[in-house]
Amino acid sequence: MKIKISPLIYTLIFLIIFFIFYKGLQNSNIYTPNLKIEENIPSFKAKIFNNDKFISEKIFQKDKFYLLNIWASWCVPCREEHSFLTKLNKEEKIKIIGLNYKDDKKNAKIFLKELSNPYDVILLDEDGTVAIEWGAYGVPESFLIYNNKIVKKIIGPINEELLTEIKILIQ
Amino acid sequence: MRFFKFFIVIFFLVYSNLSNAQDSDLKNEITKNLRCLICQGQSVYDSDSEFANSLKILVEKKLNEGLKEKQIYEYLKSKYGEWILYDPEFNKNTYFLWLLPILMFLIGGAIILKLFIQKKN
Repeated sequence: MKIKISPLIYTLIFLIIFFIFYKGLQNSNIYTPNLKIEENIPSFKAKIFNNDKFISEKIFQKDKFYLLNIWASWCVPCREEHSFLTKLNKEEKIKIIGLNYKDDKKNAKIFLKELSNPYDVILLDEDGTVAIEWGAYGVPESFLIYNNKIVKKIIGPINEELLTEIKILIQ
Repeated sequence: MRFFKFFIVIFFLVYSNLSNAQDSDLKNEITKNLRCLICQGQSVYDSDSEFANSLKILVEKKLNEGLKEKQIYEYLKSKYGEWILYDPEFNKNTYFLWLLPILMFLIGGAIILKLFIQKKN
């Protein structure tokens, strides 16, 4: 009887390890951003694009919808979403705040001149640290804000479908 | 007196260089423990992506603000979740990861001990 116990333990250990590694293989090792909603907006300080004055999270008033859009002139998907932002700008219930991410000011101005300016205010993020305060990790990225809370996070460019979703949310 | 002044100048020069070097060492150590979220298998320290470069600047800023290493990890964890840290904490998702080596060591030790006693008998 004594001899039979050891193989059983070995098999059990092998099975446990096999199970752990098998489960581990199924886990994705690509970062999936947390899209949890109802998160408070972070405190930050950023320069305004046009006059270099500093502004903080107080720019977001209560009982109003805001869309914070992180963009850059060097970002190709930002060009794709620009027409949708222009359409959204026509909505009276929402204000669009742009966060110009690690960009050359001259190029950013050309970009806006070429594609129109859908932003009510543009903030500057010269070293990318303001975007980190928002928990963003690239461009384009957008945050729908209401009552100082992030209602929706959009990773990647805004498309027709997302535009409709935003329009429904702000009604 | 002249020698004394000279000594003070040298002392401050060496001291400021040393403290700068220590800050830079700590910054490197922290960024080595952070995962670059948009790269495959690279730390923030190793990566040259926009995201990693911004994080390097942010870590430096936070160190200058007087934040401790642990506080910086906590801050980044609140922004990006635990995935950004290379050193996983002990929780319900990671307890097996932490306990398995100890368990293996104990089981292995018990088997060796058992064989040893059997051989002796």
